[in-house]
Amino acid sequence: MLVNCDKEIVRLMHEYLDGHLAKTEENKLRSHLQSCEACQKHFHELKRTVAMLKSSSDIQAPVNFTANVMEGLPQEKKRVGYMRWFKAHPIITAAAIFFLFMMSGIFSAWNQDSQLSVSKQKNLVIQDDTVIVPEDVVVDGDLIVKNGDVKIEGEVKGDVVIINGEPLLASAGQVSGDLKEVNQVFDWIWYHIKEVTENVFSIGK
Amino acid sequence: MDMMIKQKIKQVKKGDQAAFEDVVSFYQNKVYQICYRMLGNTHEAEDIAQEAFIRAYVNIHTFDERRKFSTWLYRIATNLSIDRIRKKKPDYFLDAEVKGTDGLDMYSQLPAEQALPEEEVESLELQSYIQQEIMALPPKYRGVIALRYLDELSLLEISEILDIPMGTVKTRIHRGREALRKRLRHV
Repeated sequence: MLVNCDKEIVRLMHEYLDGHLAKTEENKLRSHLQSCEACQKHFHELKRTVAMLKSSSDIQAPVNFTANVMEGLPQEKKRVGYMRWFKAHPIITAAAIFFLFMMSGIFSAWNQDSQLSVSKQKNLVIQDDTVIVPEDVVVDGDLIVKNGDVKIEGEVKGDVVIINGEPLLASAGQVSGDLKEVNQVFDWIWYHIKEVTENVFSIGK
Repeated sequence: MDMMIKQKIKQVKKGDQAAFEDVVSFYQNKVYQICYRMLGNTHEAEDIAQEAFIRAYVNIHTFDERRKFSTWLYRIATNLSIDRIRKKKPDYFLDAEVKGTDGLDMYSQLPAEQALPEEEVESLELQSYIQQEIMALPPKYRGVIALRYLDELSLLEISEILDIPMGTVKTRIHRGREALRKRLRHV
């Protein structure tokens, strides 16, 4: 085999198959192949081998290969799992964040104002933590008291709302509207919700 | 596609396991093929290919993102395959290198005509027949041939994957191809 031909020619064949052959060398190879039948055969066999290798290079991994790999992986960090869940459910995430802020807002509002506050009405008397409606006073509209007791000796033409306090009604006292007492956080939230809905409906009116 | 893989690798580095699934399904056939070409056995190939992906996942922080991911991944796969071949040490006599031939063993010295009778060749699928002939090559030739005809990888890439000089890659491909030519010319 190739007794008369240079090893160099075979080297050129391989260089050609790897695409590393310069133009001048390619011409050298070509002219030799035209004159040498043995080398022609050799080159043809090499090209055929390459073609066979290429044609059989579409080996597929078994089915479930990816799933099996994923099963074999160590557990991922929890944090990332949560982050991905959040990304996959943006609306629920947004709702949850909104709810969280709302709740924290309500709670902090509840906890922070332990100061006594009264809705602005004239002629009310405030003693320590008690708001007194004197005997000869008539309050027009609703009376709202936060963080304090209420003693009504006169008259309130409207609702009385006491948040975090107690009503100390004098026998002569008179309230023409409702008397509401709100002492728990949830009562307070409920009160707020009712107030909001009432406002909404009164706008409707 | 490269950009997609780069993005996924970043996510995996941050610890996102699900992102790795896309990486696996993108490369599974390539990695499996390397292992199959080197080991010649579907069960072992699956086993080692899986192991390669798991190693890649566990060691993802050592991967330099400026480099090509496939090069890194194929390197893991070839190294694991070579390790497995070393542990097996089959057909010791025929696999032993013949001195002065740089890795060509008794197998590649056998005349191809005697490899299999004609009728048997025809009954075999060409695919598995070619694989059988590749298996007759010493592992280091198998490796370069597997990589060379997987996606037409360049010699430079193969030298990076196997961490051997370009000249050595060239020599091995030439000799491997020459040995296969002898064995496949009568098919």
